[in-house]
Amino acid sequence: MSAVARAFAEPVLRADEVSRHAVRLVVIGDAPYITELARLPELLRAGDLVVVNDAATLPASLHGVTRHREPFELRLTAPIDGTRLHGVVFGAGDHRTRTEDRSAPPSIALGDRVWLGELAATVIASAGRRLELGVHARADELWAYVYAAGAPVQYAHRIEPLPLYAVQTGYAARPWAVEMPSAGRPLTWNVLLGLRRAGVELTTLTHAAGLSSTGDTALDRALPWPEPYEIPAATFDAIARTRARGGRVIAIGTTVVRALESAHEAGKGVATLRLDGRYHARVVDGLVSGLHVPGESHFELLSAFAPAAQVERAMALAADHGLSAHELGDACLIL
Amino acid sequence: MTGASRGLGRALAEALAAKGARVALVARERAALEDVAAGIRARGGIAHAIAGDVAQKLQAHAIAGQAQGLVGEIAIAIHNASTLGPVPLRLLLDTECEDLADVLETNLVGPFRLTKILAGAMAIRGAGLIVHVSSDAAIEPYPRWGAYGISKAAQDHLSRILAAELADTGVRVLAVDPGEMDTAMHAAAMPEADRASLQRPADVAATLVAMIESNAPSGARLVAPSWSGS
Repeated sequence: MSAVARAFAEPVLRADEVSRHAVRLVVIGDAPYITELARLPELLRAGDLVVVNDAATLPASLHGVTRHREPFELRLTAPIDGTRLHGVVFGAGDHRTRTEDRSAPPSIALGDRVWLGELAATVIASAGRRLELGVHARADELWAYVYAAGAPVQYAHRIEPLPLYAVQTGYAARPWAVEMPSAGRPLTWNVLLGLRRAGVELTTLTHAAGLSSTGDTALDRALPWPEPYEIPAATFDAIARTRARGGRVIAIGTTVVRALESAHEAGKGVATLRLDGRYHARVVDGLVSGLHVPGESHFELLSAFAPAAQVERAMALAADHGLSAHELGDACLIL
Repeated sequence: MTGASRGLGRALAEALAAKGARVALVARERAALEDVAAGIRARGGIAHAIAGDVAQKLQAHAIAGQAQGLVGEIAIAIHNASTLGPVPLRLLLDTECEDLADVLETNLVGPFRLTKILAGAMAIRGAGLIVHVSSDAAIEPYPRWGAYGISKAAQDHLSRILAAELADTGVRVLAVDPGEMDTAMHAAAMPEADRASLQRPADVAATLVAMIESNAPSGARLVAPSWSGS
């Protein structure tokens, strides 16, 4: 197929937000079909294990000024480490400007003093637009500032700023994610307790989901960057139990896949794996994710779990039925 | 621990910190809260001050986020902050509707918002405890305690329904009635009371710690003055 013909054949998915109580699910397989995500308990089997990412979403978009009073946006790229912040700087503009159309950030060099609100910080590492800041404050002062002045990373196609509560899952705990682990958004407690009643085991890990885009082509090519995670011993035990009884390990979201496929033991680690269609999963048997079209990195990841042609057919069906590929949209399931 | 800057909240935070708990202290006034946190740290404990108002919708995630950023996953959430509404206390028919709504916002809806954020994380990990500080005004229809009594009765029932819905998840929900104590709130409600006859918050806190450490069944309502342990 020529590139032009392929472009015309590609599904065009809607891109609007969907209530987390009304999310639809395209089930990918030989014969794809569409159902409601709320029916997930009927689609899994007793003995399966569902693994979620319980990272809460940080208000990761902060604003600061240089010592020359030039404004910049700092988007956190990693969890807050004591009083150190890791982020990418952007120039003037707000979330309504497409990331790739933002003006260049002011020049900020190693050793420079910058200000985040009332808090002074020193640049302690710098690589292009990536910065590490040491903030001159106590940890509780820094956390108070982040929650008072920060906002969740916004999606350019949204007119009203997204509030912090709109980007949290129903089981979020430590604020490690800089963008929402959004596959878990439709997992209401009605669905989660329904899974338990159906004999499906639930367990958790924490994975610091990073930025999906920086607006810098060279930086974006390297995404996702290494992301910290922590997997409780209880989760490793649950995976072993599931294997022993012949159940399947179902990841809620690509961040769970990345953590589980990176880890060889319980505890903290840093995920460096880049997953694509050539990857053979070691731990994860199935996946719930958002909807993605060919060319997106998440599409590549889905094709590690099902043939690319199957995924494309399922996305075409989803497009025909008006499903949404928004981060806060509909979902797909691969078993 | 909400309402941690004074009275029972302060005493209970200090008692739990003395037992080795890392505590996130929440109250509206940062200065008073910093004093409590500094006192706990001076005695070798771990405490963080988080200034916030549980009655403000948009502060719920900020409070929970700071708490979990500073101390990690929350094992025990104690809803202690509460308000009487305007004092001197008024008859219900003299209570402005807005004042009733404000009392419900602080004593019922605010704790509910925080619980919604924290209990899910507890349930997915299979362990956690949510404690609602109640009052005998939740049970007895004391004249002039209308707004407060209504809010506490509703909170008691919230506690029971939550316990029923979270049965078998490992998350327990308790309501604890501390009884009458010598606190600023008590003085505001009953300025004529004989303070010497009232329990001291530190003594009540010791009983509440025993309740928290007990295996009382989820959904239980425990009364401090008649508590004999379990």
